Amino acid sequence: MSALKNAWEQLLDQRWLLPVLVLIGFVLAFAIPEYNLLNKYIQLVLMYVGINIILTVSLNLVNGYMGEFSLAHAGFMAVGAYTAALLTQKVLPVAAYPGLFPLAVLAGGLAAALLGLVVAVPSFKVRGDYLAIITLAFLMIVKSVIENIDYIGGPRGIPGIKRLTTLPWVFFWTVASVWMIRNFVYSKYGRGVLSIREDEIASELMSVNTRRVKFLAFMLSSFCAGIAGALFAHLLQFISPRVFDIIKTTDVLIMVYLGGIASISGSILGATAYTVLLELLRPSTVAALLSWLPTLVFDPLNQYVIQHLGVWRMVIMPLLLVLVMLYWPRGIMGLREFRGFVPRRDREAHHRLKAHGGSHGAADSH
Amino acid sequence: MALLTATKVKHYFGGLCAVADFNLDLQPGDLMGIIGPNGAGKTTIFNLITGVYQASEGSIRLREIELVGKTPHQITALRIGRTFQNIRLFRDLSVLDNVRIAHYAQSRYSPLEALLHLGRYHREEQRIIDNSQRLLAIFKLEHLAGETAKNLPYGSQRRLEIARALAIDPELLLLDEPAAGMNPNEIDQLMEFIQWIRREFKLTILLIEHQMKLVMGICERIKVLDFGETLAEGPPEAIQNDPKVLEAYLGEGPVG
Repeated sequence: MSALKNAWEQLLDQRWLLPVLVLIGFVLAFAIPEYNLLNKYIQLVLMYVGINIILTVSLNLVNGYMGEFSLAHAGFMAVGAYTAALLTQKVLPVAAYPGLFPLAVLAGGLAAALLGLVVAVPSFKVRGDYLAIITLAFLMIVKSVIENIDYIGGPRGIPGIKRLTTLPWVFFWTVASVWMIRNFVYSKYGRGVLSIREDEIASELMSVNTRRVKFLAFMLSSFCAGIAGALFAHLLQFISPRVFDIIKTTDVLIMVYLGGIASISGSILGATAYTVLLELLRPSTVAALLSWLPTLVFDPLNQYVIQHLGVWRMVIMPLLLVLVMLYWPRGIMGLREFRGFVPRRDREAHHRLKAHGGSHGAADSH
Repeated sequence: MALLTATKVKHYFGGLCAVADFNLDLQPGDLMGIIGPNGAGKTTIFNLITGVYQASEGSIRLREIELVGKTPHQITALRIGRTFQNIRLFRDLSVLDNVRIAHYAQSRYSPLEALLHLGRYHREEQRIIDNSQRLLAIFKLEHLAGETAKNLPYGSQRRLEIARALAIDPELLLLDEPAAGMNPNEIDQLMEFIQWIRREFKLTILLIEHQMKLVMGICERIKVLDFGETLAEGPPEAIQNDPKVLEAYLGEGPVG
């Protein structure tokens, strides 16, 4: 058993592990739609999982690592979605050149980042609950501004967006977002973000430029939310202000706190588990999964339980969240990280001296 | 030339005068103590120097640079390190990260390099880790690098706070009650230790302390505050026998 555990830990320490996994993921992302390895519905769910991972990891940067409580995430998502949709609808000739789609996504991210800059400003003065209220107000402003611009459809939204979001693109942007946020977290700026959560004044007195760090964290977080919004718009093919209301933010919040604050692997876990479970609880999915039961059992079960899940799944999932919060207040992976995500240098610096019994000279022998 | 000068610094909290006409002249290499009863304005002076509060009036200069009006991180980056009266570590972070964070201003790489882990990022990060481990080793904390700061025993937390302040690479170190909560034996060690880091890191030290033994034992000059006003200043022997000080701070009668 311990030999197995050792082998597992050695595997995790391999430099090639993550790149190889990403490569396999890419091959699968291309192969699955090409050869119809999974049915269309599962492919759709996979894409939602990817988009939700981007949203969750990026919100975790502000709510988990920095310890603020931002409610504006759906607003950034909306800005990204609208910017990208307008570009593919009216500006970029994507019908002739589908390769231009990433440009639209990038533009969506940049537009959202610009707005993230604006939200960062109140965070210089205000913290905690009060900042949460300000971000909520910001979300409402974004929504009503969109509702009042006729050019972009007002409350009716934009219908008929081209379906440009594909599995490989979702996979690419998910990997890119997670990679950037992970890199950011393991840099002086990321440590600055953590120190702001711990003690902002002490952070300033340890030479951290807290304003700059907040700017960067909010911008990166909203940039990724904008990207997720752009992908979302070109998957759903229809966006309206109502899609990006507080409920959307709440969904992401649930995924963040379920997976665990200040943890990238936790966010990936939380987003995946929540998205998949929510789909699994759909009456049609449950019925399909249980269809092997004998008719005598299945029919009453179907009639009295499964058909009502459409309503009850929205009770079951929050209930699950309540249980997680009660027994794991910091979420499943709260403040912990899958070691494969931690840069090798960080990992060794935290552990090698322990292993060498504190002899400093031995540290370079690796 | 003086390293740190304060001229006619005043600070008010609302209508309350916390610091009145504070003057200071600290030469490079000095080890100076500030004493005074609770509420005398000692910590407020540290907060004014480091920019946590903006002085209502007056000027504080590091050499020629005016510090009033600067933000705490700008002042800290000018190589002024400090510790806190009640320990203010980053409690949920590792011992190593506590020290690494204090390298923020010295590490020069851009957000883009951070985002992509390119360019100067790797070289700078390695330098930060090496320096942090060097400091942790000096403070006998290197084997605890991966430990969460809040799990450390009290004495180690105090040492970690000083290690973190030294990671700023300070010229001037402000120690706010370094001996708080220590027994006489530990205070003896601390006195030796402060003198050692002063030599080793070529520091100018300004310290606030209630423990007379420490202040009288190592400080070359002492400043006595009461109700925001400076009562006396001078070498330990003079302070010990100053009747004004005895009455206000040490109590009446000869020091035992």
